[in-house]
Amino acid sequence: MWHEHDPEPKDRVSEKRAPVFAGDHAQTTAHRLLSGMMNYSDASIGASTIAPFLSLEGVRKTYPGVVALDGFSMEVRPGEVIGLVGENGAGKSTLMKILGGVTTPDTGTIIVDGVAHDGLTVEASIGSGIAFVHQELNLFENLDVAANIFFGREPLRAGPLRLVDRARLRTLAAPLLKRVGANFSADTPVSALSLAQQQMVEIAKALSIEARLVILDEPTSSLPLAETDKLLDVIKALKAEGISVIFISHRLHEVERVADRVIVLRDGMLAGTLPKSAINHDQMVKLMIGRMLKEREKAAESARPPGTVALSAKAIRTSAYPDRPVDIGVRHGEILGLAGLVGSGRTELARVLFGIEASLGGALQLDGKDLVLGSAADAVANGIFLVPEDRKLTGILLDLSIAQNISLPNLPAHARRLLVSARAEAVTAEKQKRNLGIKAPSVATRTGTLSGGNQQKVVLAKWLAMSPKVMILDEPTRGIDIGAKAEIYGLMRALADAGVAVLMISSDMEEVIGVSDRIAVMHEGQISGILDKEQFSQENVLLLAVGKQPK
Amino acid sequence: MSKKDLGLLILILVVGAVVAIINPRFLLPINLANTSNLIGLFGILAIGQAFVIITGGIELSVGSVVALLGVLFVDFIATRGMAWPVALPLILVLGGIIGLAHGWLITRLKLQPFVVTLCGLLIYRGVARFYTADGTAGFAFGQNFPELEFLTAGRSYGVPNSFIALIVIAIVMWVVLHRSVFGRYLYAIGKNEEAAKYSGIRTGRVVMAAYVICGVLTALSAIYFAMYTRSISPASHGQFYELYAIAAAVLGGFSLRGGEGSLIGVILGTVLLQELQNLVNLLGIPSSLNFAVMGGVILIGVLVDQQWGVYRERRLMLEATRRGAAGAAAE
Repeated sequence: MWHEHDPEPKDRVSEKRAPVFAGDHAQTTAHRLLSGMMNYSDASIGASTIAPFLSLEGVRKTYPGVVALDGFSMEVRPGEVIGLVGENGAGKSTLMKILGGVTTPDTGTIIVDGVAHDGLTVEASIGSGIAFVHQELNLFENLDVAANIFFGREPLRAGPLRLVDRARLRTLAAPLLKRVGANFSADTPVSALSLAQQQMVEIAKALSIEARLVILDEPTSSLPLAETDKLLDVIKALKAEGISVIFISHRLHEVERVADRVIVLRDGMLAGTLPKSAINHDQMVKLMIGRMLKEREKAAESARPPGTVALSAKAIRTSAYPDRPVDIGVRHGEILGLAGLVGSGRTELARVLFGIEASLGGALQLDGKDLVLGSAADAVANGIFLVPEDRKLTGILLDLSIAQNISLPNLPAHARRLLVSARAEAVTAEKQKRNLGIKAPSVATRTGTLSGGNQQKVVLAKWLAMSPKVMILDEPTRGIDIGAKAEIYGLMRALADAGVAVLMISSDMEEVIGVSDRIAVMHEGQISGILDKEQFSQENVLLLAVGKQPK
Repeated sequence: MSKKDLGLLILILVVGAVVAIINPRFLLPINLANTSNLIGLFGILAIGQAFVIITGGIELSVGSVVALLGVLFVDFIATRGMAWPVALPLILVLGGIIGLAHGWLITRLKLQPFVVTLCGLLIYRGVARFYTADGTAGFAFGQNFPELEFLTAGRSYGVPNSFIALIVIAIVMWVVLHRSVFGRYLYAIGKNEEAAKYSGIRTGRVVMAAYVICGVLTALSAIYFAMYTRSISPASHGQFYELYAIAAAVLGGFSLRGGEGSLIGVILGTVLLQELQNLVNLLGIPSSLNFAVMGGVILIGVLVDQQWGVYRERRLMLEATRRGAAGAAAE
């Protein structure tokens, strides 16, 4: 991984200064990096007379093979709402882990109330008033609201039995619920609440530990619009009480509405900070994409013009967004990239097309004929194959050998009078192993011992051993090294050239642009647009992914 | 034969040798014949259970099914005058229907196997007792079915025919489990049902078939048990038999999570259990301790197996880490 800008000089990163005041902090190096490109910096806000509650300086965190955060600095002032945006994999979740004390940075300083730390522990994070509201809610659905808010800290009645004082529990919870503007009572069971209401419970929980900073991680991604408004109101109420908020979201228009300042992450680095006056959609997108397009791991150009539509979905509705119909058609001989943000409904669409999930409405057609899929077996029988997102859970059986995995979907063809012929299996597997270059001692090797790239090739091999008509690949190169990636792109192109309709779901922008013949972009459960080759650009894809028109 | 099965076989031989040295009556033909008869009866039951366990399920109702179908069989041929060549397949079909019902509830209505078969355990026991009005079902004095008795309780060359039946069934089921397409599906589903589904296997049907096989084999053993005891009091007949069958499978290396175990394993598990029963009798251990001895041996067996698994896992992980480190260094 490399960057357009030179990262901070390393000697500065290790420098520890405490206590720090807002003034000299405002011009951190990361901001200077930007000055050539953008003229915004913290200093221009002019509110920097208040000491920051929390600041990070020169934070760097690496994982084996990946620099997740590099030379990152930011600060949070009391009563400030910070929007944090960035593409998938830009380093947002690593930053959250550092703030939550789940992981410690390799280098850099975290300053809380003027005291410098090398890293936080979970206890220190909670102790200093940092509270999280995660995208996946961590509530006990079988308990009521009050019990959830005070879980583990219940007021007790006198006596040796340590009974929970339920009446007091509710009186304690009521004012907290009022502060978040809840319209439900403390004894409502959580299972009866809507998602937004559950989020309010989470926020009330944060208030109950006297949080000074509430971090909302994609809080609106699963909310319908009306509920989102409620949540944004709660954020404003928190701000009015002097509580800081970090609002992480892919929905840029919401960030526009509530944020006092926007911090943009890109490739683990601070791409820029936008003051209130400069927050707008285009600026954010520009900073999120930023870098020049890197040389891509490109698949070869298609050898022939695309043919007729192979698989088409008409007004299909999935469990992700039951009220929004999807239309999409993938043609013979093309690679159709399906882009979109995480949670936009792409995986659910793939599951419906493969028959794993029943569609809630609409119709499928294969080569112009109506197609009804009752199960994945029906899809396989029709030549529609899926390389699923979660390789280890659904793609292959780790305990079976390579040969057994490859023959599994087509086992009757490898059997005589219903008895499996190990020889036939080995023959098929050897052929695929050779064609795909699967690196393994033999086809009898347990699949679980292979590397990610080779496991993915086994998943591909089992479908290539049959004759695919439509091949759906969900994040086919996630967690795979560059070399194997290029090979998989090559295979996809070869499939397309052989007339197979290839649908590739990917969150990797460069992959989508580099490999696809056309790109369909999904936004909140619907196809927001389809781009032809000449319209390909990261900006266009991103604009469609957040629901705007491409340029 | 896997290492696990080999270990179990050695254990059986060692225990046998020790018992034989302490009490030579262990090797008397009559003792061996009796023990192998019981192995035959319980073995058929255990194979059925094994097919369910391999899918990650459990069948708790087999004891009650043995009672109910036993009562029905005896009633059909002794009091209703049905010819046994008609009654026998009818009972097998009934067993299959019970299995099909369980499988349907589990795969289509998504009920948990434990719950479905626990309800079955209660229901069939109750129905069996109601059917005979809590009386004992048996044959009238002098009532004889020579061919049927020969096939079930008779002997050929000194070997109980029930044991021979077990061997034949075991061979057939070995082929089904370890060589057939269906058997491969069973293992795949037991290992990872989701991944099997994503490979286009109709997992529901396969699981249902496993319960049907269990039901049919249970019905067959119900007939054998009925002809062995010749009189059935439905309140106690077959009680705890499901646990014998599960114990045999677990001893034989089956994981209750599914996807693991071999047919030889479950047979050897049955053999070991019956050997232990026999040991309690022959060594003068109070028969009240019977269950305690069995429980103790199973616990130790499972513990050893589990610790071995942990050790192997750790070794695999270390190896992978080393390989990973080497790979990273090479990059």
